[in-house]
Parts: sequence; C-alpha cells; structure tokens
Amino acid sequence: MRRTTLDLWVGFFVVIGVAALMFLAFKVGNLGAANGGETYLVTGQFDNIGGLKVRAPVKSAGVVVGRVKEIRFDSKTYRAVVSLSLDATYQFPRDTIGTILTSGLLGEQYVGLEPGGDEAMLKTGDALQITQSAVVLEKLIGQFMFDKAAEGSAPAN
Amino acid sequence: MVSETDNLLVSLKDVRFAYGEREILRGIDLKVPRGKVVAIMGGSGCGKTTLLRLIGGQLRATAGTVEVAGRNVSSLNTAELYEMRRRMGMLFQFGALFTDMSVFDNVAFPLREHTDLPFGLIRDMVLMKLNAVGLRGAADLMPAELSGGMARRVALARAIALDPMLIMYDEPFAGLDPISLGVIGQLIRKLNDALGATTIMVTHDIMESLQIVDYIYFVSEGGIVAEGTPDELRASKDPWVYQFIHAEPDGPVPFHYPAEALDQSLIGGRSA
Amino acid sequence: MNGLLNFIRRLGAAAVEGVWRIGFAARFFMLLLRHSGQSLTRIHLTVREIYFSGVLSLLIIVVSGLFVGMVLGLQGYETLQRYGSGDALGVLVSLSLTRELGPVVAGLLFASRAGLAVTAEIGLMKTTEQLDAMDMMAVNPIARVVAPRFWGGVISMPLLAALFSAMGVFGGWLIGVVFIGVDDGAFWSQMQAAVDFRFDIMNGVIKSFVFGATVALIAVFEGYDCTPTAEGLSRAITRTVVTSALAILALDFVLTSLMFRGQS
Repeated sequence: MRRTTLDLWVGFFVVIGVAALMFLAFKVGNLGAANGGETYLVTGQFDNIGGLKVRAPVKSAGVVVGRVKEIRFDSKTYRAVVSLSLDATYQFPRDTIGTILTSGLLGEQYVGLEPGGDEAMLKTGDALQITQSAVVLEKLIGQFMFDKAAEGSAPAN
Repeated sequence: MVSETDNLLVSLKDVRFAYGEREILRGIDLKVPRGKVVAIMGGSGCGKTTLLRLIGGQLRATAGTVEVAGRNVSSLNTAELYEMRRRMGMLFQFGALFTDMSVFDNVAFPLREHTDLPFGLIRDMVLMKLNAVGLRGAADLMPAELSGGMARRVALARAIALDPMLIMYDEPFAGLDPISLGVIGQLIRKLNDALGATTIMVTHDIMESLQIVDYIYFVSEGGIVAEGTPDELRASKDPWVYQFIHAEPDGPVPFHYPAEALDQSLIGGRSA
Repeated sequence: MNGLLNFIRRLGAAAVEGVWRIGFAARFFMLLLRHSGQSLTRIHLTVREIYFSGVLSLLIIVVSGLFVGMVLGLQGYETLQRYGSGDALGVLVSLSLTRELGPVVAGLLFASRAGLAVTAEIGLMKTTEQLDAMDMMAVNPIARVVAPRFWGGVISMPLLAALFSAMGVFGGWLIGVVFIGVDDGAFWSQMQAAVDFRFDIMNGVIKSFVFGATVALIAVFEGYDCTPTAEGLSRAITRTVVTSALAILALDFVLTSLMFRGQS
C-alpha cells in the first residue's frame, strides 16, 4: 500500500477514535455539564453520615447543585465533616439546613439542602449551621424492636 | 599465500565456542587474506555457520581471538560492532529478504538506514546493484514472486549495497537448480573481484567451490582437518579430503552413527 | 513416592522457567524502551503499525461493540423493569461499558486480532533469519521492528476501547430507546447524572492504556523470543493469545480494586 493511503487511513482512525472519546466525555459523561463551571466549597458537620460517599450528589428541591468533595472525621467533636462543592450559579442563604437523605428506600444517599431566610449567602469556607444526620436503618429497626418489647412487657405488669 | 600476515582481513586464532555444555568449535585457526575468496567446507552441523556468526560478531567466542581488519571482534561494544558491520555484507542461507518489501525496497534498505542520500541517487544505486545480479527488471516484484535462485541474487544485491570490504555467504548453493547454482557461483567470484572485496563462503558444495575459490578449509568435528588451494586438494592423498571430493559414502567420515556391532543389536540385544 | 518426587521436580522446573521468562521479558522491555527513539523520530514506522494494529481491528471492534451494547440493552431492561427502573437502562449500559466491558472486551479482541498478527509477523521474520540479516546490516531489529509495533499497539488500543464503548452505548440506545421505548430524555439524562468523566471514563481509558501496553509487550516478546521453527512459531502465537487474555483479566481485577474500592 502506498504511504499516502496508509496515512489517510491512520488519520481517519485517530479522528474517529478521538470522536468516540469526546462522545463518551460529553454525551455519556458529565464533562459538558456540572464539572465545567466554577464551584465554591462549603462544609457541614454531621453526627452520622450513614453510607454517604465521596462524589454523592448534593440536591436542593430535587435538582443536583453540587457534589460531595471530601469526608473527614473530626477527632475533637467526634463528628463527620463533609465538604460540599457547590455550583457557583446556585447561591444559598447562610442558614441553609443540610440533611442526609436516601433516594428511595434502599437507594444511594445524598445531601439535601433546605434554604433558610438569611440575607447573606454562603461562600467558600463557610459551614452549615444546622445539619440533620442520616437515618440509619439498623438504629431504626433497633428502636422499633425496643418499643415493641416495651409495649409487650407493659401489660404483663 | 597465507603467509602474508600483514595483509590479512580476517584471522581466527585457537577459537573455541560452546553452546552451554555442547562444544561446537575446538580450536580453529583460520586466515583470510584481502581480496581472496575462501571457502569453509564440511559436513552438515559441523559448526560452519557458527564460524560466520563469530566473524560477524553475532556470537562471541568462548576462547581465542577473532580479528577482522586488525580489530578483536569480541572486544567491540555494540556501536563499534555496528560500525564494523556496515562494511560487511552477509548472504543468509535462504536470502532472508524482507517479505513485506518489494525487491527494490529490500536493496534500498541498507542505503536508506545508513545514508541520507536523496531519492534519485538511491534509486540509481539500487538499480546498479540489481543490474549487477541481472535482476534490474524484477525491481517491482515482491519476494514471494521470486524463485529461490532469484531471491538469492536479490539478497546478494542487498548484501553489496554498501560496497562492503567483506562478504560472507552462508550456504549460497543450498537448494538451487544447476543453472542457478552456476549463476550464483560466477556472481560470487565476479563481485568479489569487481568490488575489491574479500569473500568467505560456507558451503558443502565441493564441485562448484573448486571452480571459483582461492583457498579451502575443511572443518570436521570442531577443528580444521585439511586446507589448501583447489589444485592442492584435487591432488591430495589425504583420505579425508579424498572422501569429501569424491563423495564416497564411507571413509574417515563413517556412514554409520557410532553403535554397538550389528549382530549384537540384533541377536544379543533381544535376548538380554 | 517416586512419582510425587518427579511431580515436585517438574513443578520446580516450571517455576524456575516461569521466573526466568519474566525476568527476561523485563530486560527485553527495558531494551525496547531504550531503543524507542527511532519510533518517534521516524514516525512513519509507527504510523504503519498503527494501521496494522488499529485500522485493521476497526471492523471487529465496531461490530462487537454494537452487539455487546445491544445485548446489554435487552438483558438490562429485562432486569431493571422488574424493579420499575427501566429508565436507568442508560446508566447500566454506559457504566458497564466504560468501566469494564469496553477496556476488557476490546483488549481481548485486540489481543486475538492485532497481538496475534504481530507475534506471527515478528516470529516469521526470526524464523526466516530476517532479524539476523537486519542485525548484520547494522540495523537494530529492536529499534526498527519491535519498538514501532509496540508503540503502534499502545496508541491504538485506547482509541479502539473508546470506540467499543461508544458503539456499545449506541447499541444500548438502539435497543432501549428505539425498539423497547425507554424515554430518550431519561436514558441520556440519567446516564449523564451517573457517569463521571474523571472517575468512570478516565479510569476506563487508563485501563485500556494498560491493557494495550501489556498485550503489545506480550505480542512482541513472544514473537522475538520464539523458537525459530514452524512449531515454535505456532506455539508462540498460542502463548500470545492465552497470556494476553490471562494478563488482561488479572490486571483488570487489580486495577478495579485500586480504582473503585469503597467509592461507590
């Protein structure tokens, strides 16, 4: 085969290979959407984060407004510190409440934001003042059984 | 003629070589004067090809020295070895043409790898080399389209592309019809004289070799057993040389592989 | 007793041989890297090999990708709709492809298409003394023959894997949206919400790059190291396919456990 034809084929191959990669990045993945814009970092302390993972979505009114960036354990307060990276186009009042929620009964966990009424807005480095922990299923079941047991033992008295 | 020590291109002194435990060469002394065609002969598997690889530096001698153009081959580093090989041409047993290139590209290969000559000049040089082996018309064929003799000639054109000082042939006559055989034989002699090169040829084709070479070494069981010019060898009474030249089936080189006596194997062997 | 001793002896010999080969392959790899300069300075050598390992593998990659995606679409929908989440089909198809199936299946196909051809070619060149002839012409066969084939494979493989995944997603879309009737918007938007570029897609690309380098190294090594006979050549070709497949699957496990453990 002549070298020019060969070069043409290889060029064609590289172009469609890169096009496939672009397709995966922008159409299949999220490179075009959330990741491109500017973000700001907000932290929140939780008593229990349940099964929350890094990269879990942060939602407000059901809309994804950011991602969980980092999860640490604070050895002074014995609480979990969760850093949220929020999309700069979405601004929240300073008294916004952070809650750890579960999508569906057994689905993945995410952080829900409930906006408050403050005039000032959250900015990088701020911490959420009010947080609500995850509902841990085992605790719930334990509580339920304890209550049942208490109920059962009451008439015997 | 071998006594002109100052004019030697290749000289081997007490060269030994072994593949692990198996000793192939047991002390070879060999001298190749400049401008001559020297044949190394011997039966199959006697280490002739190993000798060529030692001279080309593809193998290193276990003991002894291999000198080419005054330099000890085993002491050269890779760069120096490659520098030396640019002035060597080697024809492999079945040509070893690059199967994915045309005849033209095969001959042009060493020129393109080692020189920055413009395309037109390379083209002219390739066609000249091909013309020397009578295959200018086959320049655009692929190696698969060539007969065995033609492939050998193309490989020869490739081996002389850089006008080497030393040309080595590994079994140049193997598997050729009588006409191709004569053609290759004449080419070996003519190219050697035209290029002012030196030729070492490993072969077991005695009749063809006697006509074209200046000097012959006989190798057997890892050592040189006889040597001389073609005329000396024809007149030789040495039983070994006699057997080889006259192709006798039995003699110093036995027909039978060493074994116990026949009647022992047949009768004694069964009862045991 | 004697049989047991013999067995242990054979096992020991096999282990020594195996370790020796790995060491030899590692030395060969270092040599290859040291002689890779020519693959860059004379880029047409590498371009030629991209043609042979990449362009000639296009058809098998595109067709297999399409079919794998279509099967994922059918099977995935079947299972997902039992839990009422047929809309998540896009997520299932795209995550399985970008994380696992794309690199792994494309790697296996690449090994049996391009890897095999490279081993056969280099092995044949060795068997017919072409490599020796090159060496005698003062041209290093590792720089001229082996390194360009290695780099051609390394460059081709990630592109082929990306193509495989893209075709697979398209196949899943074809079955899910066009034939079954999953909502087009839900298919893409759920997919985009779940697939992270850096996490899922880049890790897939890294995998395909590692697999490509592994298969290419195995292919050139087996070809260069083969016993120069017809039988040795056919054994080298078999070894290339078997070793590549095992290496891909084992490396996939290692990489997956490094990349995705405890993350989601």
